Amino acid sequence: MNLHAVRAIYLFEMARTWRTLLQSIVSPVVSTSLYFVVFGAAIGSRIDHVEGVSYGTFIVPGLVMLSVLTQSIANASFGIYFPKFVGTIYEILSAPISYFEIVLGYVGAAATKSIILGLIILATAGLFVPLHIHHPIWMLTFLVLTAVTFSLFGFIIGIWADGFEKLQMIPMLVVTPLTFLGGSFYSVNMLPSGWRTVALLNPVVYLISGFRWSFYEIADVSVALSIGMTAAFLVICLVMIGWIFRTGYRLKN
Amino acid sequence: MSSIISVANLSKTYGSGFKALKNVNLDIKRGEIFALLGPNGAGKTTLISIICGIANPSEGKVMVGGEDIVSSWRKARSLIGLVPQELHTDAFESVWATVSFSRGLFGKPKNPAHIEKVLRDLSLWDKKDNKIITLSGGMKRRVMIAKALSHEPQILFLDEPTAGVDVELRKGMWEVVRTLQQSGVTIILTTHYIEEAEEMADRIGVINKGEIVLVEDKATLMQKLGKKRLTLHLQNKLSSLPESLAHYKLELCDSGATLVYDYDTKGERTGITSLLGDLRNAGIRFSDLDTTQSSLEDIFVDLVRTS
Repeated sequence: MNLHAVRAIYLFEMARTWRTLLQSIVSPVVSTSLYFVVFGAAIGSRIDHVEGVSYGTFIVPGLVMLSVLTQSIANASFGIYFPKFVGTIYEILSAPISYFEIVLGYVGAAATKSIILGLIILATAGLFVPLHIHHPIWMLTFLVLTAVTFSLFGFIIGIWADGFEKLQMIPMLVVTPLTFLGGSFYSVNMLPSGWRTVALLNPVVYLISGFRWSFYEIADVSVALSIGMTAAFLVICLVMIGWIFRTGYRLKN
Repeated sequence: MSSIISVANLSKTYGSGFKALKNVNLDIKRGEIFALLGPNGAGKTTLISIICGIANPSEGKVMVGGEDIVSSWRKARSLIGLVPQELHTDAFESVWATVSFSRGLFGKPKNPAHIEKVLRDLSLWDKKDNKIITLSGGMKRRVMIAKALSHEPQILFLDEPTAGVDVELRKGMWEVVRTLQQSGVTIILTTHYIEEAEEMADRIGVINKGEIVLVEDKATLMQKLGKKRLTLHLQNKLSSLPESLAHYKLELCDSGATLVYDYDTKGERTGITSLLGDLRNAGIRFSDLDTTQSSLEDIFVDLVRTS
């Protein structure tokens, strides 16, 4: 195991985070705060309680997940895409470092960054609404699992993308809509039964539901199903990354 | 001298069907400077990329320091430092950070003293805290060499190390390469500048259309393939050559003011003595004469044209 290399990649990626602090931490915190102001205070004041909790409090887990999902993808995809774009990938490919170690370095850093971000957003939310976390261990488990899974997904996008447009396409056109429709701002149970069935095809529903359960013990689907779906997505991403490295897809010609 | 790199029956076919390398066999001796020459698209970079692990071979075997690059890739790669042709750098990193990063990537623990030595040797020490984006092209090239040397490799690949570098800097770079060789590093360089190979290399390999056309000691190559040219500056201009000199394949140049004779140094007889005798018999006098040895460039062009 080339731990020096994993450490080098991890610290390199983390250093990029601190160098771009405004973009990587401050900007998502500001935009999430705006969600609180708009949805929590302005609109939320007109909405009654949702499943026993105030609307402002209800949307907190969804908002944290929204940021964790999008930032995990953005961090990991950019992290591996940029060396490909500027050509410095030659060094990673010629170094005595295994594919597993490369993924550990890049995905580890991307996940760390979005976990930190998720916790900062959670703390920020605490300034707006009263928070109570019923199952802190499960909350952290969901947070870490989601950050790792979506960082892996981002890594795949970063390898696949051969231009900035493609790099943005999946997050903008697929992930953001799925997250918005995944119950960040409402309970899936509030939908008419037909739409509820459609909504259950959205994998993000399971992530947000499980995460929300760890806060308030209210869930759209069972917790076991939430964990199962997240784990399944994790396995799918791992299998895809395994295939990418085995074939050298978009890395080695 | 033992081989540090051994390439056997190596072929590479790209997805498009293009055959970049065709059954290449090559041995690089430990401690030598080996220059790989070839026109654009000859397969130089593909060969280097495969040895360094950036591209997968289609067929064949490569051993580096006795280790197979496929089955024992970790050991093989840790012996190699690569300076690619293009200037690929992390624009916003400092020189120190990027060179230290490379050392870590190759599995070596931190060693600030070594990084300092590398940067000082490459005249980069006073730029160590500068962001790479602020450096000139020549400096960026040296940063890339520093990155490649950060993990104390036994083999250094320099893919077109002096492309786009001014004459002064190029000579400085040659100096660096020689110092590296003295410290025991084996150096493989590809270049378009024939004078670079002529100046630096111990051995020269020529690759063309994916095939190794020739591998030879530089001196032997020059001697073996070298042609010499005798130029005679005539006292009186000639309008045409006399019949008695027709069999010499002489060329009348400068409107008849000079007579040029190409001869082969590897031939048993150069024909110079009889030529000079026949010239005197024909009443042709000359005021001066000089001879020139064909350069590696002429040899290279000849080889590529005929292969």
